[in-house]
Amino acid sequence: MSDPTPVPAAATPRKLRFHVLRHDPRDPQSVPHTEVFELEEAAGMTLFIALNEIREQLDASLAFDFVCRAGICGSCGMVINGRPGLACRTLTQDLPADITLAPLPAFELIADLSVNTGKWMRGMSERLETWVHAVEQDPDLRRIEAPMDPELADRIYELDRCIECGCCVAACGTARMREDFVGAVGLNKIARFSLDPRDSRTDEDYYELVGNDDGVFGCMTLLGCHDVCPKNLPLQTQIAFLRRRMARTGAG
Amino acid sequence: MKVIYTDVLVIGGGLAGLRIAIGARRRGHDAIVLSLVPPKRSHSAAAQGGMQASLGNVAKGQGDNEDVHFEDTVKGSDWGADQQVVRMFVNTAPKAVRELAAWGVPWSRVRQGDREVIINGQKVTITERAAAHGLVAQRDFGGTKKWRTCYVSDGTGHAMLFAVGDQAIASGVPVHERKEALALIHDGSRCYGAVVRDLMTGELTAYVAKATAIATGGAGRVYRVTTNAVICEGIGAALALETGAAALGNMEAVQFHPTGIFPAGILVTEGCRGDGGLLRDAHGHRFMPDYEPEKKELASRDVVSRRMEEHIRKGNGAKSRFGEHLWLDITLLGRKHIEHNLREVKEICQYFLGVDPAEKWIAVRPAQHYTMGGVRTKHTGESPTLRGLFAAGEAACWDMHGFNRLGGNSVAETVVAGMIVGEFIADFIESPKGDIDIPTALIREAGAAARAKLDTLLHGGGGTERADALKIEMQQIMTDKVAIFRTGADLEEAVHRLQALLVRSRNIGLRHRSDGPNPELVTAYRTQKMLKVALCIATGALTRTESRGAHFREDFPRRDDAHWLKRTLATWKDPSDTLPCLAYEPLDVLSMELPPGWRGYGAKDYVDHPDTPRRAEELQRLRERLQGADRHAVQSEIMPYEHMLPARFRGRNERIDERMS
Repeated sequence: MSDPTPVPAAATPRKLRFHVLRHDPRDPQSVPHTEVFELEEAAGMTLFIALNEIREQLDASLAFDFVCRAGICGSCGMVINGRPGLACRTLTQDLPADITLAPLPAFELIADLSVNTGKWMRGMSERLETWVHAVEQDPDLRRIEAPMDPELADRIYELDRCIECGCCVAACGTARMREDFVGAVGLNKIARFSLDPRDSRTDEDYYELVGNDDGVFGCMTLLGCHDVCPKNLPLQTQIAFLRRRMARTGAG
Repeated sequence: MKVIYTDVLVIGGGLAGLRIAIGARRRGHDAIVLSLVPPKRSHSAAAQGGMQASLGNVAKGQGDNEDVHFEDTVKGSDWGADQQVVRMFVNTAPKAVRELAAWGVPWSRVRQGDREVIINGQKVTITERAAAHGLVAQRDFGGTKKWRTCYVSDGTGHAMLFAVGDQAIASGVPVHERKEALALIHDGSRCYGAVVRDLMTGELTAYVAKATAIATGGAGRVYRVTTNAVICEGIGAALALETGAAALGNMEAVQFHPTGIFPAGILVTEGCRGDGGLLRDAHGHRFMPDYEPEKKELASRDVVSRRMEEHIRKGNGAKSRFGEHLWLDITLLGRKHIEHNLREVKEICQYFLGVDPAEKWIAVRPAQHYTMGGVRTKHTGESPTLRGLFAAGEAACWDMHGFNRLGGNSVAETVVAGMIVGEFIADFIESPKGDIDIPTALIREAGAAARAKLDTLLHGGGGTERADALKIEMQQIMTDKVAIFRTGADLEEAVHRLQALLVRSRNIGLRHRSDGPNPELVTAYRTQKMLKVALCIATGALTRTESRGAHFREDFPRRDDAHWLKRTLATWKDPSDTLPCLAYEPLDVLSMELPPGWRGYGAKDYVDHPDTPRRAEELQRLRERLQGADRHAVQSEIMPYEHMLPARFRGRNERIDERMS
């Protein structure tokens, strides 16, 4: 249910038409189809507010996912007028009156605009072992923490900002062709852990994980990922660096 | 109905729940986490500003230690907190930061040498010590004597949740996503797990466990204007309440955060003010020094929120077509600082307000933010009245926040409670108390009862009430009548109207009758639960005829220790009731380390507890006798607590100024 709905703007508000792709894959009767919902635009209206209004007023069964509604949690990735993005922080004022909404491709469809990114991300994390493989197994927690270069900590955080929303996977040419491609989200994580001195893994270890066509060599440098990343992660440079390093390691 | 057996069932996949599961796994037990959403999307991710732990690395944190953190937290709670639990917490918080550092959290680090910061609107140069270079940095937050809030830019919760989430994956903790517990399985004295609904298929499964832990976060969404995520609906508290055996503690203690962006209520972090941001009114005037000359913008949250609303009432609010608000000014921090240390804030302003906060002020007004109350537990995290039921984090009331939580203490509590309660759960399972001997009839009956409730909603009775309409009305009542300033008349009206809504919610009819992914069905059964939680809040607030922390009664503006130094316990005895039963648990002044006193805001005006002077004298004598002894020895004479901690987390914390041999 939405936050307090802003009142309509003073000027005559626009009539928005939402063309929503609908399907319930568990219902044998269901056929994917587009349904159109009409709403009056309000000032400051986001797709979060609009979709909740549609659900409250027009169709109680419409499925979609929101959690934080503040652009932080990555739940609400969907294809908005052909482009993957976070619905909660998309203002309708920035869109034409006809708005097309579809679920992110490349993920299992739950229903309508809801897809199972959680299952995909967990699978990717297990495959790539996206956790610090600690140099020191059981540090004494009473002791002062190990120091870290402040610049390095900032650089790690820069890559750690990924929210696993799945937009990069949905925008990826390779991911459409290769089901097991780890996507920019996966490659960015390898870049992040390889930067972290607390992780004991070497380039050889990372090569085992991403030194193939389901990993960094599968990337065709179309860089849709870079264009759509809601957190503006430096995916283009990170993938390029990683490819060079992995090529060197493979040749090594 | 399918039955899944495990050692530990954790309901909730945020920081507290994941940390409990990791702890149990590391002790060799099986644990399953249930989560409404993928766990990395939990509301823990929204904690921006940081986590309090008295590391004392930065210059402005020098001299900080557990004693100072303890005092800040107890004063912040307006003496409502359990002081032994606060001690357990402050001693474990530094260990939690260090554990998270080892797990990969990219904490912002200290740079040695001079740096310019903004304090009280002025540029000040601070010199960081060489010995601190590269250690975890701290920033200033409200209500604290020292700079104590450890942070990762302003994405602290996100970084913590991802590190802990990844450790859970590394530990092989299964997270069953998009699963919702509908009811606890129990016999009135022992909890055996939960009946769980799959939100994708509608299928019901019984999870039977030796220990069940509720870690579902807060109940902010019972309010219309809240910073909380849409999943923070108090369902965990309701599950415990509906057993009739477990109690909720201090539900009337609800925090309002000073800086929700207006009108959406999305949070911008206290770090904005901690880093030097100012609050201004319609005229551009910085008004907080007029009210709180000492702490100004960095008074405790309850105080700042009240002062803001008071200032708006006096006619100083900025007017907009959505209503009145005030301004948060961080322009003085400079673009570089904002783009480095407050980048989530920048994004939020940009996307939701269309404003660049390096150039323009941010429209803000207090919004519901935190639930101090929750499932009442012992210091071990276990319910004192329903064996085998545990709770941790915002969902619990063990009770370290009393009537007002300090900024930075909640995300700290999630991991600290997860660490501590995880160990106690493992102890419990390894002891005879953890054994279960459950009749299959109990499982079958719990499943059948849950099924019957769903069937009534889906196919039964020809109900005519609309779930979403009831929910919105409840939220509006809470925001209008059970908010920052409370009065007997408003609260009475709120209780009355919520009761009527609860009765109507028993007659909900659905338009969409699918048992699979059906958001309307979910709203229906959750609204029935949320109304009970809302009634616990409103009734507790109506009955408490004093003001304490975030609970402010205009008709009873004084804190009254003589009558109200006690914790509210709410239970729901019979499903057909429309009100909770309230009981009270007194706090023992004679065992307090810090007897009740003045918090340091406004007039020194409260009613003393009769035991307070006696305890104060006793402590003075004790301190004189122990003059010259080290602070740890003095503390353990006054209020021993270390024996209460799990052995794994005992021990002092090393600091630059307190080296360990």
